[in-house]
Amino acid sequence: MKNKLVCYFSAAQSEQPIIYRLVKNYDLSINIIKADINPQKEGFLVLELEGEKNSYDEGVAFIKSLGVVVEPLSETVVWQPEVCIQCGACASFCPTEALNIDRDSMEVSFDNAKCVVCGMCLDCCPTRAIQLHFEIKEAV
Amino acid sequence: MAAKKSYEEINEKIKRGEAVVVTAEEVIGIVAEKGYAKAAQEIDVVTTGTFGPMCSSGAFINFGHSNPRIKMKKVWLNGVEAYSGIAAVDAYIGAAQLPDTDPENKVFPGRFSYGGGHVIHDLLARKEIRLEAVGYGTNCYPNKKVDTIITLDDVNDAFLFNPRNAYQNYNCAINLGDKAIYTYMGILKPKVGNASYSSAGQLSPLLNDPYYRTIGIGTRIFLGGGVGYVAWNGTQHHPNVARGENGVPLGGAGTLALIGDLKQMDPNWLVGLSFIGYGATMAVGIGIPIPILDEEMLHYTAVKDEDIYCPIVDYNEGYPYSKPMDLGLVNYKDLKSGKIIFNGKEVVTTPQSSYPRARKIAETLKGWIQRGQFELTQPVANIPSADADIVFKSIPERNPGGTNLNGGNRRD
Repeated sequence: MKNKLVCYFSAAQSEQPIIYRLVKNYDLSINIIKADINPQKEGFLVLELEGEKNSYDEGVAFIKSLGVVVEPLSETVVWQPEVCIQCGACASFCPTEALNIDRDSMEVSFDNAKCVVCGMCLDCCPTRAIQLHFEIKEAV
Repeated sequence: MAAKKSYEEINEKIKRGEAVVVTAEEVIGIVAEKGYAKAAQEIDVVTTGTFGPMCSSGAFINFGHSNPRIKMKKVWLNGVEAYSGIAAVDAYIGAAQLPDTDPENKVFPGRFSYGGGHVIHDLLARKEIRLEAVGYGTNCYPNKKVDTIITLDDVNDAFLFNPRNAYQNYNCAINLGDKAIYTYMGILKPKVGNASYSSAGQLSPLLNDPYYRTIGIGTRIFLGGGVGYVAWNGTQHHPNVARGENGVPLGGAGTLALIGDLKQMDPNWLVGLSFIGYGATMAVGIGIPIPILDEEMLHYTAVKDEDIYCPIVDYNEGYPYSKPMDLGLVNYKDLKSGKIIFNGKEVVTTPQSSYPRARKIAETLKGWIQRGQFELTQPVANIPSADADIVFKSIPERNPGGTNLNGGNRRD
């Protein structure tokens, strides 16, 4: 099975080789989509985790056992059509065509299911119509 | 006999609600179906539209006086400085102005979340705006400080005056370097990772009247959702450039200076923009009606994306250091397809100007004219055209040492 997860970790947890253990002990295939760590060494990781169901469940249980808060990645990139001016600048930066231009109407649409939260669209949108909605926790 | 119509005849039809008005997109299909001669007889007006970032924009505002009165030396709207080197309570807020506290590019690339364009949008949205002003105090203007809250309805006058809008054509920007760059054409990925362009192409006003036969000083237009006028040719107006056989310039050429009452405009059509690593600016919505005076005008307005070419320009070194590079031309049909071929390689394209919004402007203006709310105007005077002898200048490099300026009051 394959899922996208957000892992929130504290300073103590960020010292541990979590990814290494997920690969070595649970045989999981990991794609780090986004990582952010502040100067206090707290932060979050957006992971795509793939493996056998048993290994996957055990791997996730392992991360949680370390005190890392794990949440499914859903509705985290928000496209605000009322703020968007339909310039289309975002689409050429979107690696998964979640943001796409209909070439007849030249109109932009957003398909949340295709979004991998890489965040490229956040920088190139001149009206800031695209926002990242993480519920970042102060202290985990 | 070729059809000829005067402005008066067209306006009579508009008043009677009988004018045949189509957009610069629709006219293409009509000409293909009916041919130029028949279409020129039938069609009275073609409407154009464009909605894109235009930095050379801003608004003059008269705030009215405080009591006691003040001669404003410096003025800020939501922390963004407006130029006040004019009469006591007049100021000009420029679209690209940043707050004094903006971190700019100190941490690169800067975000530029708020600027003059955002202030103009917020004014139009009838939001409350903080007005701060300082003065040095005079006998006639004793007050030295104002700090208050205003809305657009509180000021005496507010009119948009944009010194350079509606560029006739523009560059297609690429990055030949090996690092991403952050420009007014957006993010340009390294090694020609994308190609950015900014024009409404076949819908764009000056591409539909390439020699400015009908667009001139005094032309009434759609500006920012309301009614505005062409005030002058825009800054950097350079009509005597290379043109295609259809008369369309093969790069940036004509520009327009536009004016209109801000109070009757709409926040949907003046929108503050933030270009990462570059700065803040404003998207301006413009629509210009073109009277089909004769078959020649119809030929111009029937121009198609595939017949409009723009130059490919490197923004890593070519543009910033004015290094001449011939990287070829590309047409807007290919740009709008999402991919162009450059040096045998497929390159994705990044639009900066909103085509759907340009279409909506052309349709809105068409509706106004059809309902008899908007009549056409003959230019009071023409702006310089392709036969002009305008030289595009740069700043001269001279040594100011020892030069006596302003009676010796030289700035050190």
